[in-house]
Amino acid sequence: MDAFIHQVLSGLATGGIYASLALALVMIYQVTRLVNFAQGEMAMFSTYIAWSLINAGMGYWPAFLLTVLFALAFGVVIERVVIRPVENAPVLAIVVIFIALLVILNSATGWIYSYTIKTFPSPFPKEPLFGNTYISSHELGAIGVTLVVLALLYVFFRFTPLGLAMRAVAQNPESSRLVGIRVGWMLALGWGLAAAVGAVAGMMIAPIVYLDPNMMGGILLYAFAAALLGGIDSPGGAVIGGFVVGVLENVLGAYVIGNDLKLSVALGLIIGVLLVRPSGFFGKVHVTRV
Amino acid sequence: MALLEAKGLRASYGPTRVLHGMDFAIDEGSITAVLGANGAGKTTTLRALCGMVKTEGDVRFGGARIDGRSTEDIVRQGIAHVPEGRGTFVDLTTEENLRLGAYTRKVRAAVESDMERIFSYFPRLKERLRQQAGTLSGGEQQMLAVSRALMLRPKLLLLDEPSFGLAPRLVRELFEIMRTINQRERVSILLVEQNAAMALALADRAYLIETGRVVLSGAADEIKRDDAVRRSYLGY
Repeated sequence: MDAFIHQVLSGLATGGIYASLALALVMIYQVTRLVNFAQGEMAMFSTYIAWSLINAGMGYWPAFLLTVLFALAFGVVIERVVIRPVENAPVLAIVVIFIALLVILNSATGWIYSYTIKTFPSPFPKEPLFGNTYISSHELGAIGVTLVVLALLYVFFRFTPLGLAMRAVAQNPESSRLVGIRVGWMLALGWGLAAAVGAVAGMMIAPIVYLDPNMMGGILLYAFAAALLGGIDSPGGAVIGGFVVGVLENVLGAYVIGNDLKLSVALGLIIGVLLVRPSGFFGKVHVTRV
Repeated sequence: MALLEAKGLRASYGPTRVLHGMDFAIDEGSITAVLGANGAGKTTTLRALCGMVKTEGDVRFGGARIDGRSTEDIVRQGIAHVPEGRGTFVDLTTEENLRLGAYTRKVRAAVESDMERIFSYFPRLKERLRQQAGTLSGGEQQMLAVSRALMLRPKLLLLDEPSFGLAPRLVRELFEIMRTINQRERVSILLVEQNAAMALALADRAYLIETGRVVLSGAADEIKRDDAVRRSYLGY
């Protein structure tokens, strides 16, 4: 029983990270109607920036904060420079650009930092908190950080004029222009926020999976499964999906299919959701009249 | 002086030109109607003024050129546009829709008092404040669209077929409120309508357009008496 509780709790920890990344995917999906395949690599790149800062002697939390700000700016720049020019391009062209971004970021990071695996520090103590045997301090801390990020985002979108404007743009860009919202900047800011959330996810997962340019490949797949499970157009759904996928992955990995086949849980979920309930559990069902 | 003046206004969708050089003016404090059949270019005229289509020509608002500017910039000059189809943010609440209307305004207190003022025109909206705007009835959504535009505190209000899909009684009510807003708040109005009789009853001036050209213009009373207009648009 103890082992089972341990599996569930550490599943919640990684689940929180999937939830963050899934939320980043949903945020971009809501304005572009596309899944940003480069989301994971953007997070990975930001995590390397954090690693550089920490290695240069900066304290963990200042480096954390600076990295989040960097990711915010990085997301904005990518939107303005790379995505804006192809705004009205066919879907496939944009998908190709997402994939190009993924490959470029991956290779550039490998080129700058080399492909050797690096350790990434955790800001949380090595010993489990309160002497518990169920969950490590880092896992508990990661859950805490995730919840704080989610709460901040909720407050931002729900209660600030800027958050309201961003929701308006996601829904109806034309009407947004007609009330004077600078739609272009809101889209860029959406990319920035998604990148910032991704960066937090990257920094939280790096102590667990270690830092290397390919660290986000599998994680993005889980995040994608989480977003689909919750409904790709539902932020709340993506978060719940993230936690569910994290727990499922851990429990199934430990008791049913073994660790080697863990990733297939994500793939199975993706296929299952698309077959049975394409709009996910909390997503909107889209019906088109012809 | 004219609040808005357009000279040689042309607009096209891709290679298809829809407006072929229109000249018109809107006097400060007036209600101006644009009449015409389906496809004459009424909606495009409004969209051209707001920079929502590719436009050529000279458009001045309060003396300053606004042609070629972005929609956001034009709106910030004080032109509020109630678009065809109402442009409701359907997943947001009524209150959020109204707050978005005031997005460009900085003074919080003034926004709050404007909300109250709008509820005095449209008390129904107050009852629907926390309701998702998409669940409002057609008439309520039209009220919301007009209110959202008023929250901008515009100098000029562009209305695209406000009567569309509304019961005749509601249309009369809405037009009555338009007149009040125009008189009490000195908001100039440019009204595009298929319902020519209602529009001419409300307007001071009117323009009749056919296939992207102004074919007749003048005081609304004169236009009302014009034989061709009577036969084609008023139906008697």
